[in-house]
Amino acid sequence: MNPFVAKTKTRKRKDQASVVIFAVATYLLVACAVGIFFKIASAGAPILFASEDSFINWDFLTKNPETLVVFEIEEGEKIRMDQTDFTEWKKENPGVEVLNEKTHAYTGGGILGPLVGTAMLVVTCMVVALVVGVSASVYLNEYARKGLLMNAIRLAIMNLAGVPSVVFGLFGFALFCLSDWWPALTYTINEERTMGYFAIPLTDGYLSFQGWGSGSSLFAGGLTLAVMVLPVIIAACEESLKAVPKGFREASLALGASKWQCIRTAVLPYATPGILTASILGVTRVAGETAPIMFTAAVADKAKLPWEEAEGNGLFWLSDVMMQSVQALPYHIYTFARLPNTEETAATQNGTVFVFLMLVSVFAGLSIFLRIFFRNKLKW
Amino acid sequence: MNDPSTILESQDVAAPTSGTIIDIDDLSFSYDLGKTNTLRNISLDIPAGKVTAFIGPSGCGKSTLIRCLNRMNDLVDTAKVTSGKISIMGQDIHAPDVDAIELRKHVGMVFQKYNPFPKSIYENVAYGLRVQGIKKKSILDQAVEESLQKSALWSEVKDRLNTSALGLSGGQQQRLCIARTIAVKPQIVLMDEPCSALDPIATARIEELIAELQQDFTIVIVTHNMQQATRVSDRTAFFYLGELVEYDDTQAIFGNPSKKQTEDYVSGRFG
Ligand SMILES: Nc1ncnc2c1ncn2[C@@H]1O[C@H](COP(=O)(O)OP(=O)(O)OP(=O)(O)O)[C@@H](O)[C@H]1O
Ligand SMILES: [Mg+2]
Repeated sequence: MNPFVAKTKTRKRKDQASVVIFAVATYLLVACAVGIFFKIASAGAPILFASEDSFINWDFLTKNPETLVVFEIEEGEKIRMDQTDFTEWKKENPGVEVLNEKTHAYTGGGILGPLVGTAMLVVTCMVVALVVGVSASVYLNEYARKGLLMNAIRLAIMNLAGVPSVVFGLFGFALFCLSDWWPALTYTINEERTMGYFAIPLTDGYLSFQGWGSGSSLFAGGLTLAVMVLPVIIAACEESLKAVPKGFREASLALGASKWQCIRTAVLPYATPGILTASILGVTRVAGETAPIMFTAAVADKAKLPWEEAEGNGLFWLSDVMMQSVQALPYHIYTFARLPNTEETAATQNGTVFVFLMLVSVFAGLSIFLRIFFRNKLKW
Repeated sequence: MNDPSTILESQDVAAPTSGTIIDIDDLSFSYDLGKTNTLRNISLDIPAGKVTAFIGPSGCGKSTLIRCLNRMNDLVDTAKVTSGKISIMGQDIHAPDVDAIELRKHVGMVFQKYNPFPKSIYENVAYGLRVQGIKKKSILDQAVEESLQKSALWSEVKDRLNTSALGLSGGQQQRLCIARTIAVKPQIVLMDEPCSALDPIATARIEELIAELQQDFTIVIVTHNMQQATRVSDRTAFFYLGELVEYDDTQAIFGNPSKKQTEDYVSGRFG
């Protein structure tokens, strides 16, 4: 008689069934992810990659979006041309009769504007989010006394992470965009004023802060994205700080370091890998968001890049760059999505989504790489 | 402080070479703002230039007391000295004008779990001087060599000063931590179970080291190992449940204790 034989048949069957369920769920998920990726890749890759020349269709990456014109000269032979090229062509060939001329907005040219815009938004956002996020998490984790108040603050920050991104968009719009100057204070005498923020009652009216920025701008979009991603950054930074062994702090302080010296030399250097990894994941999230920028930074159509349009010198120039509205990849895709989808537009749309996916994958891959790299390098 | 002549000589306070260097007077200490006292009414005088051992069963407050001496307990938000005082070299260390950072330059500490920074051996030893703002290579070089020699590590590491400290063996790492501590030239070195994570051979090396360091520093050591206490210390304090039970010459504590509790503990009948 085998002493190790299963006592009840049902337990064994339940065991096997649960394994099957878990496995099926996992492979279903993997199949979905792979399916989406291949659909996008197979439809989009041909636009980005060319069979001859440098194997990459540089025009797609280095030209601004413009209107696509599709027309025929002879029956049945379609020609695709960007609007500017078409105008030129018509001038050069005044006699040729154009048949079946159709235009498709945003489908011609490339995606340089949206690429650049997204990059600048991400950089602005991450600079702000990292400075504020690292400072806040150092304060929360290293300086603040533990207690009810800190837990409340932490809870409030974590709750922010659950706020839908469109709400951040509207918040950013209200705070950073609705007024003309920076910061905008208005003085209203009548009672039925628009209060704005932080209205200060004066003798016969109110001084109120109406926000800052002017309309859609890199600045407003970057800050809005930063506010949105801050909870994630703060949580990740706190995790990284907590992961630094207590022994480093104690050793540093016991050697006569001040609190700040201790944090600077014995805590932050060892938290940096974690902070970096997390912030790159933050970048992936920020780069993909549409809602927070659609009110605050993004425009569908813009002929020039932000720095081509900015005026002034030095810091003034930089601040003017920050005041420009931009195109952005997710918003560009959103713009496409609302247009009638025809076989003429599909190629560009797929190509754009593919580039976008590649970009996000590169960021995600970078974060994984960094994590592995630092894990091997910094061990204790 | 940056003057090369003073940094390698003793620090700016002359340490007494005999007599009492740490005077603990009726000290009570609480981890929860006074609700319960972890240490109760402890009075003891620690002699300069000698090795004093703290022994007692787990949880009796040895680490708590030793961490009071360099105010490491300040890191616990709710820690509070509820009565009494500690004077080091005649100065009440909780006086309002005492800066804990300055205090810790005079009262160094070696921890139970060796904890070198994941930096080079050189940078580990130079750390304490660097945070004091000393940048000059020649001063640092000299201090590093001197400290490593005093901690009997120099011959083993002199060719690999710039390699990671984490590549050393456990015992070497702990000796590096001692070197790092004495590089700052404290008058007092506190050691909280410095050998408990080490094997017998590494432990023996550290004990030899303690005997040598005794010439330059006052040493307070917490240990669970009775033999170690008898081997290294001149005076021994036995604690039980947050109170000082007996404090006497080591030989007396182990040979002829005056309290029953002490006798039971040192003879291994409880603890
Ligand atoms: N940071 C802290 N916060 C609150 N209570 C603490 C803290 N550290 C220690 N205690 C408590 O204080 C008491 C004394 O602890 P302590 O670490 O001083 O004992 P010990 O004698 O060093 O013990 P061991 O021999 O195990 O190291 C214990 O009951 C412990 O739970
Ligand atoms: Mg202890």
